[in-house]
Amino acid sequence: MGAKTNRRPGWWGRFRASDLGHALLRAPVAMTALALVVLIMLAALLAPWLAPQDVTRIGVVDLMDGFTPPLSHNEFSGRFFLLGSDDQGRDMLSAMLFGARTSLLVGIAAVALSAGIGVTLGLVAGYAGGRVDALIMRMADIQLSIPAILLALLIFGMTRSLLPAGLRDAMAIYVVVLAIGLSDWTSYARTVRGAAMVEMRRDYIQAAVMMGRPAHAILRRHLLPNVMRPILVIATINFAIAVIAESTLSFLGAGLPPNQPSLGTLIRIGQQFLLSGEWWILTFPALLLLVLALSINLLGDWLRETLNPRGR
Amino acid sequence: MILFLLRRIAQAVPVMLVTALLAFAAFRFIGDPVFNMLGQDATAADRAQLEAALGLDQPFVVQFARFVGSALQGDFGVSTRIGQPVFQLVLERLPATLELALLSFALALAVGIVLGVLTALAPQHLLSRAVMSGSLVAVSLPNFLIGIGLIYLFSVGLGWLPAFGRGETVRIGWWTTGLLTASGWQAIILPVVTLALFQITLILRLVRAEMTEVLGSDHIRFARARGLSDRLVHFRYALKNTMVPVITVSGLQLGTIIAFAVVTETVFQWPGVGLLFINSVNYSDVPIMASYLLLVSFVFVVINLVVDCLYYLVDPRLRGKAAGQ
Repeated sequence: MGAKTNRRPGWWGRFRASDLGHALLRAPVAMTALALVVLIMLAALLAPWLAPQDVTRIGVVDLMDGFTPPLSHNEFSGRFFLLGSDDQGRDMLSAMLFGARTSLLVGIAAVALSAGIGVTLGLVAGYAGGRVDALIMRMADIQLSIPAILLALLIFGMTRSLLPAGLRDAMAIYVVVLAIGLSDWTSYARTVRGAAMVEMRRDYIQAAVMMGRPAHAILRRHLLPNVMRPILVIATINFAIAVIAESTLSFLGAGLPPNQPSLGTLIRIGQQFLLSGEWWILTFPALLLLVLALSINLLGDWLRETLNPRGR
Repeated sequence: MILFLLRRIAQAVPVMLVTALLAFAAFRFIGDPVFNMLGQDATAADRAQLEAALGLDQPFVVQFARFVGSALQGDFGVSTRIGQPVFQLVLERLPATLELALLSFALALAVGIVLGVLTALAPQHLLSRAVMSGSLVAVSLPNFLIGIGLIYLFSVGLGWLPAFGRGETVRIGWWTTGLLTASGWQAIILPVVTLALFQITLILRLVRAEMTEVLGSDHIRFARARGLSDRLVHFRYALKNTMVPVITVSGLQLGTIIAFAVVTETVFQWPGVGLLFINSVNYSDVPIMASYLLLVSFVFVVINLVVDCLYYLVDPRLRGKAAGQ
């Protein structure tokens, strides 16, 4: 989000003048976190051009290059590997760039899905009230009592059993997005409902109702823009949760297949070599995941405190 | 008290029935059990015969009633992958998971409450600040990375503790315990710490926030004014008043611990229910998945019941309310 505002000059001035931009420039921790997130996102976005090796193509990887330590040349092929290579001879740096690309993509898609479902249901609950409200909130309560990761695993397992065996690997990424997205909508729904109920009593909504604006217009044009702030905070924190959830699922083998590198699958592969001394296969993807998750969390924490001074 | 309990149980029954319906739907409609049992070469007559034998030709409601009936008697069907009754498989692995989860829970409560109280009493102390920033890092650490890091440090690096498995176990009836042997204790340390770390940060932050609020309230100021000792004020008067939210959250966290036991068990190859569940997810073993769903929701219902009873014991106002109704 920040990256785009930086590139256009007209935006930059407005961004600096805004409350949020003003506060951001005075928060070194949040600035650093934002810079790291933007850097990782750009690197992931440009992976096909930045990566020394296109790990998505079969045939580029040479088994002879396997287990090359970081910062060294392979003893057979003489190829140089900055961060080493894994058991298959895959360049770790390239695998991580493409892995981050997949992980971030899944994270963004899952957040979009859960925000879409949660915000819609929350707005409808806050707008309609009564039985509709009770039904939606009841659903949220029941879902909240089951931990999200377990729910994601169950959704993943059940969806997979429905798919024919040949399609499972190809569809894995959609199934993962579905599993994470569906398990995380409740926080949006609850917050948006609360905010919407407050807004509904305001005069401008009453005026719009009197003027005979249709319900969908009131929801979209009048309510939604006024409940955007808490949505932004939750989406940031949930983005970190979604990235961690993806890597956890993939690590458990209930996510992306090993031939589609994500940070989770790379860590899963690396863990096999933990006891035999090839530390770099595990350490670098793990560090990248850690930095990514910590930065997003720090940013989310800062956003929450800045946008909502009353909340802790 | 008994009336209160009965009312709670009555509320829990529909929740269990809904979960059972979901589990049954998964059981019945995902995959084709007849196809799985007979294979591709079966004739239509064979299929019809087996369907009748399994009761699959009956109406949905009858099938569901039978499912609930047999589940109540401990019959959850047969695992399609291992070919053994699910109930037996789960029962064999349950002790490992319960020992892991309960020990982690105890550790998380003990460390979380102590650190929470200490950081609340001396918020500016250097150690308190270190604990608070450490907790922010711990929140961002994926559970499986904590486990891998601990293995890296204590098993690979220092060689002090085993990296996987449960060590030697002792059998007491149907329960197998690792807590009676030295190797069992060594094996359980790393998984317990892994599982507890995230919970410690949550409980620590909660206790700290609640404690800070209570310490500023009138009854604490009055207790101090009476000249009571610091220890009495802090632990008898202040800590006791933070207990209601702590109990609520810890109750919910016990559920999360069981959920994340799936991850921890995978990292440490801990032979518990979570590992069984993960394998069944990977092999689309629907009977085990469905039974796990039932088991987890049952555990949640029980936890909620226990939490409600604890409220009742901790908060005297509830007792008055229940009696008045």
